[in-house]
Amino acid sequence: MALLIKNGRVIDPASGTDGILDLLIDGGKILELRKQIAATGSMQVIDAAGLLVAPGLIDMHTHLREPGQEYKETIYTGARAAAAGGFTSIACMPNTSPVNDNASVTNFIVNQSRTEACVNVYPVGALTRDLKGEALAEYGDMKEAGIVALSDDGKTVKSAEVMRRCLEYAKTFSLPVICHCEDADLAARGMMHEGIVSTRLGMRGIAPAAEELIVAREIALAEWVGHPVHIAHVSTSGSVRIIREAKARGAAVTAETAPHYFTLTDDAVTSFDTATKVNPPLRTQQDLEAIRQGLKDGTLDVIASDHAPHSSLEKDVEFDNAAFGMIGLETSLPLALELVSEGVLTLMQAFEKYTINPARILNLHKGRIQAGWDGDITIIDTEAEYMLDRDRLFSKSSNSPFLGRHLKGRAAYSIVAGSIIYPFAG
Amino acid sequence: MELRCKNLLSIADLVPAEITHILDTAASMKEVSERDIKKVPTLRGKTVINLFFEPSTRTRTSFEIAGKRLSADVVNISAGSSSVVKGETLRDTGENLQAMHPDLIVIRHSCAGAPKILADALPAAIINAGDGAHEHPTQALLDAFTMRERKGALAGLKVAIIGDITHSRVARSNIFLLTMMGAQVCVSGPQTMVPRFIESLGVTFIPSIIDAVRDVDVIMMLRIQLERQSQSLFPTIREYSRFFGLTRAVLSHARPDVLVMHPGPVNRGIEMSADVMDGPKSIILEQVTNGVAVRMALMYLLIGK
Repeated sequence: MALLIKNGRVIDPASGTDGILDLLIDGGKILELRKQIAATGSMQVIDAAGLLVAPGLIDMHTHLREPGQEYKETIYTGARAAAAGGFTSIACMPNTSPVNDNASVTNFIVNQSRTEACVNVYPVGALTRDLKGEALAEYGDMKEAGIVALSDDGKTVKSAEVMRRCLEYAKTFSLPVICHCEDADLAARGMMHEGIVSTRLGMRGIAPAAEELIVAREIALAEWVGHPVHIAHVSTSGSVRIIREAKARGAAVTAETAPHYFTLTDDAVTSFDTATKVNPPLRTQQDLEAIRQGLKDGTLDVIASDHAPHSSLEKDVEFDNAAFGMIGLETSLPLALELVSEGVLTLMQAFEKYTINPARILNLHKGRIQAGWDGDITIIDTEAEYMLDRDRLFSKSSNSPFLGRHLKGRAAYSIVAGSIIYPFAG
Repeated sequence: MELRCKNLLSIADLVPAEITHILDTAASMKEVSERDIKKVPTLRGKTVINLFFEPSTRTRTSFEIAGKRLSADVVNISAGSSSVVKGETLRDTGENLQAMHPDLIVIRHSCAGAPKILADALPAAIINAGDGAHEHPTQALLDAFTMRERKGALAGLKVAIIGDITHSRVARSNIFLLTMMGAQVCVSGPQTMVPRFIESLGVTFIPSIIDAVRDVDVIMMLRIQLERQSQSLFPTIREYSRFFGLTRAVLSHARPDVLVMHPGPVNRGIEMSADVMDGPKSIILEQVTNGVAVRMALMYLLIGK
């Protein structure tokens, strides 16, 4: 059945469209976008008056934990969390168990997603076998099976020589490379940002240099090899500066940050709340300001959640022993909308970081509202106000430092290929 | 006056009036240990559990004696004999102990924040006997008690804390307490073991130990963990001792009435030369004596009313 979305404020960063328009989707594709499309009896109609209509949001950095850690999240629950958060496409990192470093694991994720996931799931393959940073994984095989990018997310490829070969081999198959930047020696045993708060708490800190060294290294390698890199979860002002300078000289580098880096600082760790333990760590106010500036001036192309579900087994323990990571699919959009209401970003800027920018980086034919493109749409109620409630999360895990926080703005509808997938049926 | 909290997790949670009240109470407790019959019935029928996940002789014994002098039943559990090795979480361990209705649990743990996990989960009072490199509040209180007894007041005192500041919960708790009470604190040590942001805690950093001791009332030496050498934090014990050890030669730059303290156990001849340790300025054993009085006071204030 065709779907007609009427009277909404359509925001499409790729074309610069911002206006009250009607949108018709049929056969899974966008058919028409214009003023006043008349409804016919064969159409399902959504009245989007007062709502934002955006290209389906893309989160290019999530962890779905399947296969291997289904007690934390599954493709089914992770996809539902995504849909509830307004995302219609997500990329999932390869640090599953077994690692997604070969086509059989990729095939499993792709097939499982076909039956279990209500959103589009794009697997990311490992750069190196078993994420060990030693031997190349089978990029060609994995690409045929459906990966859209490569990453050893959670780890940096320790050897610069191996990383260089990864980039060269990725170039062979035109696969984008996503870099988790962290000097493992410098960051070893660190639990939080090294700063005033870690000094007070007596906790081993992670110096910003641990991230910045590798950001600089990956950019240097990318420039030499001539293949782009995408810097994951940027957390420090120094990284923003390094990426900004690289872009200014034309280096093929893109970058993302996560909502917690523009919303929270290391002050949040003072409570020993393990939900605040994340890698890279929450940094200082000065870093937070630099991240916001980087988003504003375009240094940071993408907002991605780094959704990292963990159960109470990993989190209801001593801070030292707790796993790194926080869930984020269901809080990403409202936290970004805070940047809009604070005047840091325009709506257009905010939405390009969730739509056309990640689509371009991952070479997805998505992220814009244009006739002939996929009928993935997110309709957002920017005025909805609510408290983030553990019991209302769709993720299987609840390791969020934002529980109990007042949020404004949420997905009213998530639409994949012309079908309303959220609100969930039943 | 009552303490505002059922627990003592951190000096940073206290206010000056509470610290003064604890020290005043300790002063009246000290006399009990000097009696022929060193026991009062104050905590009769109360149960205290010493839950130690790290080895300790002095602190655990001090808590045990403090509890017994107040007639509490004291049980000691060390990590080796607990179910931690079987994979039980700290909270589970705490809840199992709580099921036996203790009034107070004294916990030492290698992780910062571990006592807070018990405090949040259990109705029993919790005393932090050292959590990672975070805090060791009873040590700071006994140190303050000792300084106050010797020097009269904490406000205006000048204290140098010397050694491995980064890994020292004793240093942190002392810094919080002394600065809160109006003392001036400086720290010294190799910069590999002094946090980059240490001055944010309201202290000054003085690189040279000789400059650090020059004008202070109290020198507090910290224990150097010998395994830090393998972590590239100092080159050799010999060089550490030469540049950061407290010797008579260093002490000759200090004021004649300076007091020398150490939370123990001392690496004799490394962070402190034997003659200084045994010399007239050392009040290390007074600290140990006062530790019992301070812990008696805390037990009384937390579960005795």
